[in-house]
Amino acid sequence: MVEAADRVTIRRRSLRPRRLLSSRLVSVLLYLLVVWLILRTALNGAAAMGYNWQWYRIPQFLLERTEDGFQAGELLTGLLASLILSGLAFLLALFLGLIVALLRLSDLVVGRAVARLFLEIVRNMPLLVLLYVFYYVTGPIFGLNRYVASVICLGVYHAALVSEIFRAGINSIATGQWEAAAAIGLSRRQTYRFVILPQAVRFMLPPMTGEAVNMIKSSAIVSVIAVAELTTAGRNIISDTYLSFEIWFTVAALYLAVTLCLSLLATHLEHRLATKS
Amino acid sequence: MSDTTPIIRMINVSKLFGDFVALDDVSLSVAAGERVVICGPSGSGKSTLIRCINRLEPHDRGRIIVDGLELDEDMANLRSVRQEVGMVFQQFNLFPHLTVLENLTLGPIRVRRMARPAAEALARQYLERVHIPEQADKYPGQLSGGQQQRVAIARALCMEPRIMLFDEPTSALDPEMIKEVLDVMVELAGTGMTMLCVTHEMGFARKVADRMVFMEAGRIVETAPPEAFFTAPASPRARLFLDQVLEH
Repeated sequence: MVEAADRVTIRRRSLRPRRLLSSRLVSVLLYLLVVWLILRTALNGAAAMGYNWQWYRIPQFLLERTEDGFQAGELLTGLLASLILSGLAFLLALFLGLIVALLRLSDLVVGRAVARLFLEIVRNMPLLVLLYVFYYVTGPIFGLNRYVASVICLGVYHAALVSEIFRAGINSIATGQWEAAAAIGLSRRQTYRFVILPQAVRFMLPPMTGEAVNMIKSSAIVSVIAVAELTTAGRNIISDTYLSFEIWFTVAALYLAVTLCLSLLATHLEHRLATKS
Repeated sequence: MSDTTPIIRMINVSKLFGDFVALDDVSLSVAAGERVVICGPSGSGKSTLIRCINRLEPHDRGRIIVDGLELDEDMANLRSVRQEVGMVFQQFNLFPHLTVLENLTLGPIRVRRMARPAAEALARQYLERVHIPEQADKYPGQLSGGQQQRVAIARALCMEPRIMLFDEPTSALDPEMIKEVLDVMVELAGTGMTMLCVTHEMGFARKVADRMVFMEAGRIVETAPPEAFFTAPASPRARLFLDQVLEH
């Protein structure tokens, strides 16, 4: 009896328009409708231009069939190069970011000033300009090739954001932890290593993953100095084949697949840490 | 070793926080093995006084000499002083990401350079002393407040200090847990440890103190043996304070 009454009230409540709109099924349908409208407009536009879709030519750029069986095509090779480039740059960003964060939190007046100067310069300069500076100016001076210049440029640019994540993480630790560590005689370095950073990592993991996603996205910019990676591979294929629509859709989908995986990981980590504490 | 050589000497020490005078020309000597209880109204500088002894607060004027070493900018000096001075905080300040045993062995391994097995044996011995040997593998968050504070005491003792500082060790505890912590402190007092204790627990003070220090507005107003202090405080301010805390 009670159950039946409950069911009636639930059904009645779910009929309200606002509830209806916020239900998951309706949201998905609305979303698909919007995507369909955009796609239809795009396809109509392409048809009006007389664009000749040749999707059948795309798979060879992902996987090539050779005598030895399947081999990664140009786009997959490019994606792998993008990931390696971003990975190297991210390691550099972590290293520089930690140093900048520690300098900003230190007692050294000069250290704090240097860190502030670094942050102001990097944060207020477009990534593209920074890349040109590293490649066309410091490149010839220090004999950096385009790959090294790209890694350093991306590493430096993201070090600014990474250092803020480190700083926030370190600041989130209560002062009592510093005092307790000092009281048993730990040095400042030991305190960071054994007490502060292991605790701060928990707070830093989710935003760091987000920053890794940003790194992969901004790594596309090095295509302007023709470093071999996914976007450059896409440009090269298009200049050979004129398949611009199909290739850019594919390139976008590849970036999306990687960054979505990382974002999901970040959400998962955030959720797990939130329930743990 | 003569009993008259003070292990802690504070000479005309002042400490400022901006314009606020936390310690105003304070002088205090503590003999080795002496147990001093510091009391006074809140904001009177009690905590600041003992936090200056291991330089958690650097003093602005005057001299502080601990076990023959003067506290100054010299970090190496400071680290050896901190090995001689254990501290217990109001908020326990255990390391939440480490187990109880790891909390206890961190200092011995990293500062005293002990081998891990020796450090663990030492840690278990002190956990026994504070009556919680069975909690060694738990994390601080899994323990009650009283247990956490006893772990904090054991952590300080693992450095085998000559002096122990207690900064309101029972103020953050639920009433039913205060006794277990005070019991451990009374036992520690029985071992001849030099102790400086900021506390409002007057029963504890009566039981263990060799000397009471009463502070107000950053100054030491009165120093007396507990008998005299509790029965006939010399200063009217101390009398008023005792009336307030002993009323119940």
